[in-house]
Amino acid sequence: MPKMWNVYESFQALLEAGPYHLAFEGFLLVWVIWLLVAAKSRPRPIKLTKKEEEQLLAEWTPEPLLSSAPDPEHPALNTRTVKGKLGHYVDLGSGPLLNLASHDYLRFSEHEGIETAALECLHQYGVGSCGPRGFYGTTEVHLALEQRLAEFFQCESCVLYSYGFSTMASAIPAYAKSGDVIFADEAVSFCIQRGLQASRSRIVYFRHNDSGHLQQLLEQQAIIDSKNPKKANATRRFLVVEGLYMNTGNICRLPELVELRHKYKLRLFIDESCAFGTLGPHGRGALDHFNIPMSEVDLIMGSLEYGGGSTGGFAAGTSFVVEHQRLNGLGYVFSASLPPLLAAAAKQMLEILEAEAKDLVPTLQHRASQLHSGLAVALPAKMCVSGSVISPIKHVAFKPSSGLTVKQQESALHRIVQEVEQRGVAVVVASLLRSKEVCPPPPSIRLVVNVRLTDAEITTAITAVADACAAVIEAEAL
Amino acid sequence: MKAEDIINRINLIEKKAPLNGCLLPHNKTKFTPSGPKHNSTSNSFISSVKPDCSKLKGLEVSSVPYVDKHAEELRGEDIPLHVAFFTFLSYGVLLLVGYIKEFFSPPSSKERHREDYVPLFVGFESFYFRNVYRPISDCFCRPICGVPGERMTVLERTSHNNNWDHVLTGRKIDSINVGSYNYLGFAEKTGPCHDAAARAISSLGVAVASARTEMGTLEIHHELEALTAEFVGTEDAITFGMGFATNALNLPSLMGPGCLVLSDECNHASLILGLRLSGATVKVFRHNDCNDLERRIRRAIIDGHPRTRRPWKKVFIIVEGIYSMEGSICNLPRLIEIKKKYKAYLYVDEAHSIGALGPRGRGVVDYHNCDPKDVDILMGTFTKSFAAAGGYIAGSKALIQHLRMSSDAQHYASAMAPAVAQQIITSMSIIMGKDGTDEGQRRLRALKRNIAYFRKHMENRGFLLFGDPDSPVMPLLGLPKGPLSFLVRELSNRGVASVGVGFPATKITGARMRFCLSAGHDKQSLDEVLKHLNELGDVLCCKYNKHKGRADLQIEW
Repeated sequence: MPKMWNVYESFQALLEAGPYHLAFEGFLLVWVIWLLVAAKSRPRPIKLTKKEEEQLLAEWTPEPLLSSAPDPEHPALNTRTVKGKLGHYVDLGSGPLLNLASHDYLRFSEHEGIETAALECLHQYGVGSCGPRGFYGTTEVHLALEQRLAEFFQCESCVLYSYGFSTMASAIPAYAKSGDVIFADEAVSFCIQRGLQASRSRIVYFRHNDSGHLQQLLEQQAIIDSKNPKKANATRRFLVVEGLYMNTGNICRLPELVELRHKYKLRLFIDESCAFGTLGPHGRGALDHFNIPMSEVDLIMGSLEYGGGSTGGFAAGTSFVVEHQRLNGLGYVFSASLPPLLAAAAKQMLEILEAEAKDLVPTLQHRASQLHSGLAVALPAKMCVSGSVISPIKHVAFKPSSGLTVKQQESALHRIVQEVEQRGVAVVVASLLRSKEVCPPPPSIRLVVNVRLTDAEITTAITAVADACAAVIEAEAL
Repeated sequence: MKAEDIINRINLIEKKAPLNGCLLPHNKTKFTPSGPKHNSTSNSFISSVKPDCSKLKGLEVSSVPYVDKHAEELRGEDIPLHVAFFTFLSYGVLLLVGYIKEFFSPPSSKERHREDYVPLFVGFESFYFRNVYRPISDCFCRPICGVPGERMTVLERTSHNNNWDHVLTGRKIDSINVGSYNYLGFAEKTGPCHDAAARAISSLGVAVASARTEMGTLEIHHELEALTAEFVGTEDAITFGMGFATNALNLPSLMGPGCLVLSDECNHASLILGLRLSGATVKVFRHNDCNDLERRIRRAIIDGHPRTRRPWKKVFIIVEGIYSMEGSICNLPRLIEIKKKYKAYLYVDEAHSIGALGPRGRGVVDYHNCDPKDVDILMGTFTKSFAAAGGYIAGSKALIQHLRMSSDAQHYASAMAPAVAQQIITSMSIIMGKDGTDEGQRRLRALKRNIAYFRKHMENRGFLLFGDPDSPVMPLLGLPKGPLSFLVRELSNRGVASVGVGFPATKITGARMRFCLSAGHDKQSLDEVLKHLNELGDVLCCKYNKHKGRADLQIEW
């Protein structure tokens, strides 16, 4: 009986083995049993029958495509239509009104030289470029404009985008990635906010124009970094600000920021969209205004749609930094290039700005301060004008002490706009997507000063705005 | 093969591509009754076999009829294994050489004025740029001067430092343009579009320095939106100054967290960015595979949100009309069926298809003869067929009103420049025949004819063309990086401006040449392109089409 013998032998061997061995084998046995039991007790994916599946599918009712029916009274559905050109005077259907609404600080949209340049380009290039920059969408005009912009900003290199909004929204995420930290002013414009969001970095907002607060936040970051130096060595730190804030009309405190940049090794990205053509002796923006060399910032971004009187945007800096966007700036790589005629218009605009900035910028700033001081005196007590004195962007809003809700303020401001219009001036309530903004500024009427305003026109504007405000406050008993 | 069988097949082809007789079997005795009439002695026949077809114009080669193995079969064809192997090998060698090179001489990452900073660029991206992209960077971003029409002037560039910088030599190469998205040939510097645009500049200025919701709405914008809605066949439409931004900035207004999006794997970067900004959950389905889509959408609705276990708020299907890299056309009827069955919303990006597809040029909806109301959100761009810039979204009145209230671009971006808007209005009116001529129809017919002509000839010569037979975008696959750059450079020297695309825009093995045809191309230019391609294809041995050898194809122009 060899088989029995084998079993007997094994049993003998088992008995001869030491207690440790037995304990070990016992443990293994228990473990195997546990594994089998535990594996069974794990939740199995529930298999639904075909019928149940169909029932679930039939039961599921989606929300409607639009959460609520659009409100026909919404201001965005009742925008006014400009008849003819959006020039120094506009026609909204009731005769010419003085235009204090469009961001055309230097009135380049009506400059004949620029129009001629655009027309000449049209005769040579047609309208569209029919391709992205990579695939035959790069024309001589684009290259020339990029070079001129780089020269203008005294930078090595510049890339051109075809849409102002997408410039900031693409340039920031080209560098900042998840794991990085971005410090940003809470009043930055919405396109920057979109760029910050797209970067997936950690965003730290500091109080508007408050470098003290920024320093506090930077100190906090330094403490976090000192705890984990290895991670800190891989964390890029960015500082994103605007030269002149669209949302508040304030000029940023660049010298303080530059100091902080040095101290905390930040990469400073500055959006000069509104400052372009309005600040600095050469019209180069906030850097020029404070006489700070270009090497102090890492990237200058800007839109050509405001002071530039064209379309599109640009990002300028050292070649090392900027050229990266040619492969990584989403809005640059994947979008059709700027129509050549608009690039030609922008190029001509630069020529004019370079030649005439020394007259244009001081005139503009003079007009801005005239309007500012006039309004400060003339506005009713419940309202105020904010923004830097020399800034061409003025926000007329209710004082926080007025105690009105945002909704009340908005409807009053829209009434005021209508009243101002009847007094011969076109202004607009700053249009905001309040629910999407990170830190929405209070509702305001945004007045835009331009270089062609005369003393008489400024007086008209001040009287119109102040009277309209007073009339509405009185009529609505606010 | 039985005659009946062949006739049936031919009929099928004719039905698929109703191309006023561009594709015809030559054997007269058998086929004249089934196809459009043709004149066998006219000059309009060419043979496609011989490399130099211009010499053979007018020759008649009698032959066995050409039977097309149609769409499904061709699409199923893949690049041969050995090509894939060598593609991987070439990338492997490139990377290896790059690593060895950078081991011995590391790139200087020192920035002036930024000592001790965390490096701005790290990792594979910049390594790839230095070692893989840079050596062939001369194949991209070639500058041109003049209109990107069917012929254009490319400015020659050269580099004195291994492609780190490019300088213009001053030489201008007159080239045939098969790279621009000028499908209907509206990129013109003369003609009605140009004149209208010039008038718009004079009367309305160059640009509008205000947002649409502030002071930037001109009458021309209303006109444009009304015309777009009429063209697309919806209640209303909204327009934006940039096509990329139309997707990227409007998707967040339509969907948010708790929504599910089924997105085609080949969707454009703008859609992907928009989805990322929206915060919706995204599931990707296989390119143009409606069965995969249905499986996923079914599973997803049954399972609900994977984390919260709650049902989805809304489900969206996002596809493109023509995929710009693949040349494929989406299967809209099937998508509409799935959308209705599963109560999803359908978003179709018609960036390339609007204008270029359909008997009336009204995009993929027109092409499949569907009802535009079945597509919830119709998006498209004006860059391509209309030779302008910008994009639109069309749909129900309520949808467009919602976008007017909540779209980022309406509130924060400047309005579209008048000249651009005018170019779209004029070109769209021409396509619609509102100018009182049949110029629009003529362009549409010419584009169709060119597509069929070029594709048949390419395939007949043994090239492996991907995409749908009716698509104006034709990718040529099976080219590793080396041959691809050689082909782009050599074609360029011979006066053919074409586009090569490679990794990372495509899969590693998916590097491709892309040809975009235009209504403006004439037979002579296409023949010239074909001639050069044929010669270079022989040199590069890149004719992988299994149907190669149908030497006897007859194609009528």
